[in-house]
Amino acid sequence: MSRIAERFAELQAQGRRALIPYLTAGDPRPELTVPLMHALVEAGADLIELGVPFSDPMADGPVIQRATERALAQGVRLGDVLGMVEAFRRSDPQTPVVLMGYLNPIERMGYQTFAERAHAAGADGVLIVDVPPEEAEELVGVLKSQGLDLVYLLAPTSTDERIRRIGALASGFVYYVSVKGVTGAGHLDPSDVAAHLARIKSMIALPVGVGFGIKDAETAAQIARIADAVIVGSAIVSRIESLGETPERIPAEIAAFLKTLRQAIDEPK
Amino acid sequence: MYPFPDERGHFGPYGGLFVPETLMQPLEELSLAYERYRNDPSFQAELAADLRDYVGRPSPLYYAARLSRELGGAQIYLKREDLNHTGAHKVNNTVGQALLARRMGKSRIIAETGAGQHGVATATVAARLGLECVVYMGEVDVARQQANVYRMRLLGAEVVPVRSGSRTLKDALNEAMRDWVTHVDRTFYIIGTVAGPHPYPMMVRDFQAVIGRETKQQLLERTGRLPDALIACVGGGSNAMGLFYPFLEDEEVALYGVEAAGEGLETGRHAAPLNAGRPGVLHGNRTYLMEDEDGQILETHSISAGLDYPGVGPEHAWLKDTGRATYVAVTDREALAAFHRLTRTEGIIPALESSHALAYAEQLAPRMRLDQIIVVNLSGRGDKDMHTVAEHDGWTL
Repeated sequence: MSRIAERFAELQAQGRRALIPYLTAGDPRPELTVPLMHALVEAGADLIELGVPFSDPMADGPVIQRATERALAQGVRLGDVLGMVEAFRRSDPQTPVVLMGYLNPIERMGYQTFAERAHAAGADGVLIVDVPPEEAEELVGVLKSQGLDLVYLLAPTSTDERIRRIGALASGFVYYVSVKGVTGAGHLDPSDVAAHLARIKSMIALPVGVGFGIKDAETAAQIARIADAVIVGSAIVSRIESLGETPERIPAEIAAFLKTLRQAIDEPK
Repeated sequence: MYPFPDERGHFGPYGGLFVPETLMQPLEELSLAYERYRNDPSFQAELAADLRDYVGRPSPLYYAARLSRELGGAQIYLKREDLNHTGAHKVNNTVGQALLARRMGKSRIIAETGAGQHGVATATVAARLGLECVVYMGEVDVARQQANVYRMRLLGAEVVPVRSGSRTLKDALNEAMRDWVTHVDRTFYIIGTVAGPHPYPMMVRDFQAVIGRETKQQLLERTGRLPDALIACVGGGSNAMGLFYPFLEDEEVALYGVEAAGEGLETGRHAAPLNAGRPGVLHGNRTYLMEDEDGQILETHSISAGLDYPGVGPEHAWLKDTGRATYVAVTDREALAAFHRLTRTEGIIPALESSHALAYAEQLAPRMRLDQIIVVNLSGRGDKDMHTVAEHDGWTL
């Protein structure tokens, strides 16, 4: 069983929901990423999504675009991100890490080389935003051969046929994009999300996480009532950005924010 | 029969559909709608009428007698896309896609633009059909193409300056994709070139193929024969694909696509992915790209804003690999020289994009016989470039 599957099985046994924070690797400074990952775990993260910077992040809103630009400006590339995972893994053997990004840097490194290096570094899964199942055949085989989970997005526009197809290909968990939009998008509608999740759950056995538009404890609690995992990205990254002048405060402040989310999603319903 | 693309939009290993999940179903819907209307006689009749009465087609095939004599080789004909409404070939495609948007019941049009030609062509058809229109344009391009920004605003479009990344065409495309993901229900995204996710490369090619069909018919009527060579500039590659496509199976016709070598391929300051890039994935398709050793997309350089793009249509990538077409590159300097030469010899002021094709014709024609024929796609007129050329020549307008 993969580290991701194990983690979800544990949580399920405890009747708890997963909390999955997102960081753009290298933002605001490369040397802060690993300490920040540890701080997130300390504050209650069950799994970490680590964004791989790419020059053309077409599915990301302004907050993550700017984080990406900050990371790229400091020279953070795919190889460096794998180095960060490796460093994190040295002192945290349990917490799963999912790499999230775009295809081109992986293509350039080569599927096989990437899969081997990611596995060796201790990464557990990969979510590639711009690779639908139709284009994933070769990549899926290579990633699976290294024991990496392939996390897929589902969207409000996904048809039943697509949901089934993605369910058959995905492993670890699937990521439901709660709104039509980019990361950090506007308001999510919990009843609309609930209806989509019911449809997805009737077709897919994997745990389903929900992300895009979860901004605070209140929305996190709403989503925790209906999903297996709550994924929070832009709300964290924008706090990191606002603390850019005082980076030494970032781990503690972000941990404090994550704790409020942890509390909100663990509250008895 | 040339079988490309396949049903999932592949040209050999190129093309395809590399987009976030949210866009998969809308692209499927677009593919189905396009498949339906491309075979629908009433749609085709409406398109033909618009191309005739609104765009001004067929565009002339002009024999450039003085230019041919001056170069002293093959006879040169110019396909006059510069005479279209809005001054370039771009409108062939926007007319087609806007009609499709209306048939699909979409009330809002978005587009990306570099130099502004596609933005103007989109704003134009949106005004005519009474559709809301938003055009994304890199902040750098907004600053250097003020006249086109004003044109789009006159036409009722909202022009949104894009401040992310390199703030040029590629970033405008990213931003248009983000808008589309967000407003997908009522929005139609009119992509301006033969790139992007399937079905765009095929659809834009098909709408632009009127250029090649007319060329073939006009030249046959005039000379009773096919050309020996076709030359067109390649940024994303829509004017080239439109000219080449109807000739792909005429193996005796040589096809030349001309990329922007900028300050020279050796300087790295260029926009020539087919000549100096390698395959990768960007903006929804696999194709040749300008990227660094880590797969990050590089900034490009060309005097011509319309060629200033780090990718290229996937069908060109395929035609390059199969050897059916040859891709060369000319520098800013060579393009400017060709711009001046055509202006002086024929009284036609070409766009800087088209000047790249002309510059290659200057190299090719003298190596050919007097009884051979070259057709150059004069894809746009140079009015928009007065400022750039004047500045280069030391004039202040």
